[in-house]
Parts: sequence; structure tokens; C-alpha cells
Amino acid sequence: MSHWIVLPVLLPAFAAVLQLLVQRRSLAVQRGVGFTATLALLAVALRLLAEAATGDRVVYRLGDWPAPFGIVLVLDRLSALLVLLTASVALVALVAAARGWDGRGRHFHALFQFQLMGLCGAFLTGDIFNLFVFFEILLIASYGLLVHGGGAARLRSGFRYVILNLTASSLFLIALGIFYGTTGTLNLADLALKVATLGAPEATLLHAGALLLLVVFAVKAAALPLYFWLPGAYAAASAPVAALFALLTKVGIYSILRVFPLVFGGRAGALAELAPPVLVPAGLATLAAAVAGVLAARELGRLVAYLVVASVGTLLVAAGIASEPAVAAALFYLLQSTVVVGGLFLLVERIAEQRGELADRLQPGPAVAQPGVLGSLYCVGAMAAVGLPPLSGFFGKLFVLRSALDAPAAVWILAVVLTSSLLLLAALARAGSDLFWRAEPGRGAPAPRPATAAELFPTAALFAASVLLVVAAGPVWSYAQATAAQLADVEAYVRAVLGVPWSAAR
Amino acid sequence: MELLLASAIGVLVAAGVYLLLRARSFPVILGLALLGYATNLFLFASGRVRVGLWPVITDGMKEYPDPLPQALVLTAIVIGFGMTAYVLVLALRARIELGSDHVDGDADDADRGGAP
Repeated sequence: MSHWIVLPVLLPAFAAVLQLLVQRRSLAVQRGVGFTATLALLAVALRLLAEAATGDRVVYRLGDWPAPFGIVLVLDRLSALLVLLTASVALVALVAAARGWDGRGRHFHALFQFQLMGLCGAFLTGDIFNLFVFFEILLIASYGLLVHGGGAARLRSGFRYVILNLTASSLFLIALGIFYGTTGTLNLADLALKVATLGAPEATLLHAGALLLLVVFAVKAAALPLYFWLPGAYAAASAPVAALFALLTKVGIYSILRVFPLVFGGRAGALAELAPPVLVPAGLATLAAAVAGVLAARELGRLVAYLVVASVGTLLVAAGIASEPAVAAALFYLLQSTVVVGGLFLLVERIAEQRGELADRLQPGPAVAQPGVLGSLYCVGAMAAVGLPPLSGFFGKLFVLRSALDAPAAVWILAVVLTSSLLLLAALARAGSDLFWRAEPGRGAPAPRPATAAELFPTAALFAASVLLVVAAGPVWSYAQATAAQLADVEAYVRAVLGVPWSAAR
Repeated sequence: MELLLASAIGVLVAAGVYLLLRARSFPVILGLALLGYATNLFLFASGRVRVGLWPVITDGMKEYPDPLPQALVLTAIVIGFGMTAYVLVLALRARIELGSDHVDGDADDADRGGAP
């Protein structure tokens, strides 16, 4: 049994404990530990991706307890891809944080590693209660990271964020109670088997539980009407934390893609295809609400936070179409939207610090010190976020729309996605002209300090990743297609985890 | 027994949700705690409610309680306790920094809202 799979969980866990031990020492030591651990995580993630790319599922039984009784970690294409995305974005966020944010409060580095542990664990686990535990780990770390740096705005939105997520955790537990009470198992593969054979009264109860679980995942993903916590929280968070948080909503999307096709997929008897009819309208409504938010935003930080919600809407639509091309498109769009929005959050900080008191408010003010560099980066980020060619956002949306053509709601999807793209373009162009073109050079205090190349590097690196997704679109797309095919193959998942074929297990 | 447990869960959820919807942070935290208790009882009941069974399994035993929900509840209690402590500290800190314990952190809004 290969022990590599458990490393993305163990490595950050040990690094976090080590960070707690060295936190009285200088920041340099903490940064050293942080970078070593995150680079090692990246290396492990690359190795796991190579292993998963062969197409096999690798199952790791913790404590070697047999499958439905013990907890299993399952490595497949989807989890390997998301662990790699986590490690990459985390490395960039850490580079950005090491420019000074990590010193504005204690425990930053320890919380950062715990956050990575929770994210990687959630992506790898094959047990739904274990998924809850890893959710809690990543949320607890995020509560701390969100208020990192202090200040009234962070505390205000942080408190709401914590309360909302704690309520969602209660709902998660209630859903798990229903799952265990009706099926007697919490292992995802075993659940898939048991759900298919449930009788009428239990199936009705489980239906409620499954929809409750969908609500919980929608809170994490920030879907309408459960997204109101996000814009305030993300806009208030410090820039490196917000860049890392661009991943957090994707955990909700991941959980929907992981749990619903597997447990409530085509073979689930009375509960088959539970989620898709809900997801498409929810996604379209989320997208529309997010566009309204982008148009109404008066600060750039809030505007970018609404872009996160818009990407969630698009992802939910693709997940709701649920065909293999649609899921593959969702994965491609997930990759690109995470890196682009993360880069934009980091860019907002650079722009804000060069505009004096106006910060990131969207009104004409003093000119930034580097209109050329910041303007170009903003232009690249905005184009990628809206989905203009030739950047990755265009291909992401193209794949989603192409897969929507066969869907029953094709007209609605095309209309809403295309209209929203147009409105996003208008909003981002207006914001850009307020920030860069309508500047009044005479106004404002002393000339701001230009950002150094090292300060601009994290943004540039994430935007470069977006360009890389276009250059390598062929391999990435074929990987995404293979991932979608693997996700649809429920029987193979059950066989890999339980060790017996579907027919024999029933 | 079932009726008692079910109504206890129901009352706790109702009280918890009511308090969660209040405008001040302290009732909200209390509501969260009550909702947590209800959730724990619910999880506990998912292993079926049985009375008079031995907790330790020995040879030749035909009936025994399901140990898994108890382990789940223990995990949930630990997480819930830790989170309640954290959210209390966060609420106190917000009260000091914002000068108000309204959940929106805005003293004027809270005064207009009326109800404490």
C-alpha cells in the first residue's frame, strides 16, 4: 500500500504543529518552515497527480481497517488535481503573505498550514463523516485567517462568517445523522450501494437528508440565496488570505461533484439524479445575482468578491447539466477561475496602496504610481475573469456553453451566461477606467511608493498560470475529460474501495 | 422514550433557531449552542434508541447498542465546544472594537431596531 496519499494531510499537520513551536522565534524561521512544507506539499501533489493520471484509483485504509468500517482515503484524478491546485495557490499566497502580512498578528503560519491540511483532507477522503471533520478543520483555520490583521471591518464580517458556517455545520451533522440512521454506513462507496436498495419510508427520509446536505454544500460554495456572507468577508480579508479563500468556495463545488453523482447518481433507485434539477436554476440565479453585485460594487475588493460568486454560479450550472462534457468543463473552469480570482485579490491590494485614502474605492482619484504595469495586469485579470479570448476564461466558458447545448434548459443557460458576461465586461471596464484613466494627477497626498517586482510577482504568477492553462489547454482538457469519465464510473469506485464488484456487493 | 427524545430535539431546535435570528450577538451564540445540543441528540438517536443494553460486548451477546453514533457525537461535542469558545471570544472582541454587540456591528442600526 502506497503511503504517499496520506502525506497531503500529515505534512501540513506536522508543519502546523512545528509552526506553533517556533512561533516565538523570528518570522524568518516561520517563513522557512512554511515554505519548506508548502514546497514539499507541491512535490507530493505532483507525484500524486502522476499516479492518478494512470487512471487507477488508489485506496488508502487508515489503520488498515477494512473498507466500510474504517476510514479510507481515495486518490483519483479529481482529488489529485485539486490537491495540486491547493498546493500551487497556497505557495503563491504564502509568497504574497511573506511580504509583511504574516507579521501583523500571531499564528498566521500555523493557521495557514492547518487550512491546507483541511483542504487536502477534504479532497482526499472517501468517508462522509471524515469529510465533515476536514470541513471543520479548514473552517476553523479560515475563521482565524479571516480576522488576521484585526480591525473593525474584519471582526464584523468575521463574526457573521463564523455564525453562518457553524449553523451550516449543524445542518451537515443532521444530514449525516439521517444518512447513518437510514443506511447504517458513512463510507461513500458503501452509501452508494445501500442507497440503491432502500425501501420507501427510508428513501423519503434520506431524500430530506440529501437535500439538507446540498444546502450545506451550497453554503460553502456560496450559491444563491446563501452567498450573502461572502462579499463582505472576502473583501475584508487580507489579500493573501482572500487569494487562498478563492479555493474555499471550490470545496463546496467539489463536494457536490463528489457526493451527488456517486451516491445519488443514475443508479440510486428512487433517489436517482437528485441534485441536477436543482443545481441549474440555482446556478443561473447565483450568476445573475453576482452580476448585479459586480455592477453595484463601489470598491474593487467587493467587486472581485462578487466575481467569486459569479464563478460559483457558472460552476453550479455546469455541475447541474451533469453530462460528462459538462463536468469536464466545470473542472477546467474551476481551475481557471481559482487562479484568476486569486490573482485579482492580490492585485487589488497593490492598486489600493497606491491610491492613498481612496484605497480600492471605485471613484476617480489620484493616479497610481505605475499605471502601465498595474493597468496591464488589471486588464489581463479582467479579461480572464469575464471570459474574453485569448485567455483561459474564454475557453472555460466556451466549454461550459458547448456542453449546455444538449441540456434541456439550453436556451436559459446560453441567455443568462452570455448576458452576464456582457454585463461583467461593462462593469469591469467601468471600474478600470475609474481607476486608471480618469485619474486626477494633481489630487492626493505624496507620490505613492511604486510596487517592487517581488510584490507584483504573486499576481503575475497566478495570471501566468491562467495563460499556461490556454497554452496547455489540450492536455488539461483531456485530463478533465478523463476525470469526468472516472467520476461517472460509480461501479469502479465501489469496486476500488470495497474490493468487490457492484453486483456481488449487492 | 422516543417521544421524549424527539420532543426534546424539536424544542431545542425551535429555541435555537429563534435565538439565532436575534440581532444581538449573545443570544445568537446561545442559539447556536442550543442547535448544537439538538444536533448531538439527533446524531445519538441515529443509532436507534434502546434501553437496558450492555455497553461492553462479551461472547454470546445477541443485542448491543451501536457504538458508532456515540463516537460521532463525541467528535461533534468536541468541535462544538471549541467553536463556542472561539465565537464567544470573537464576539467579545467585536463588542470592544465596534462598541456594539449588534450582529451587524452598527450601534445606530441596533437602536433603531428596538428589540434587544
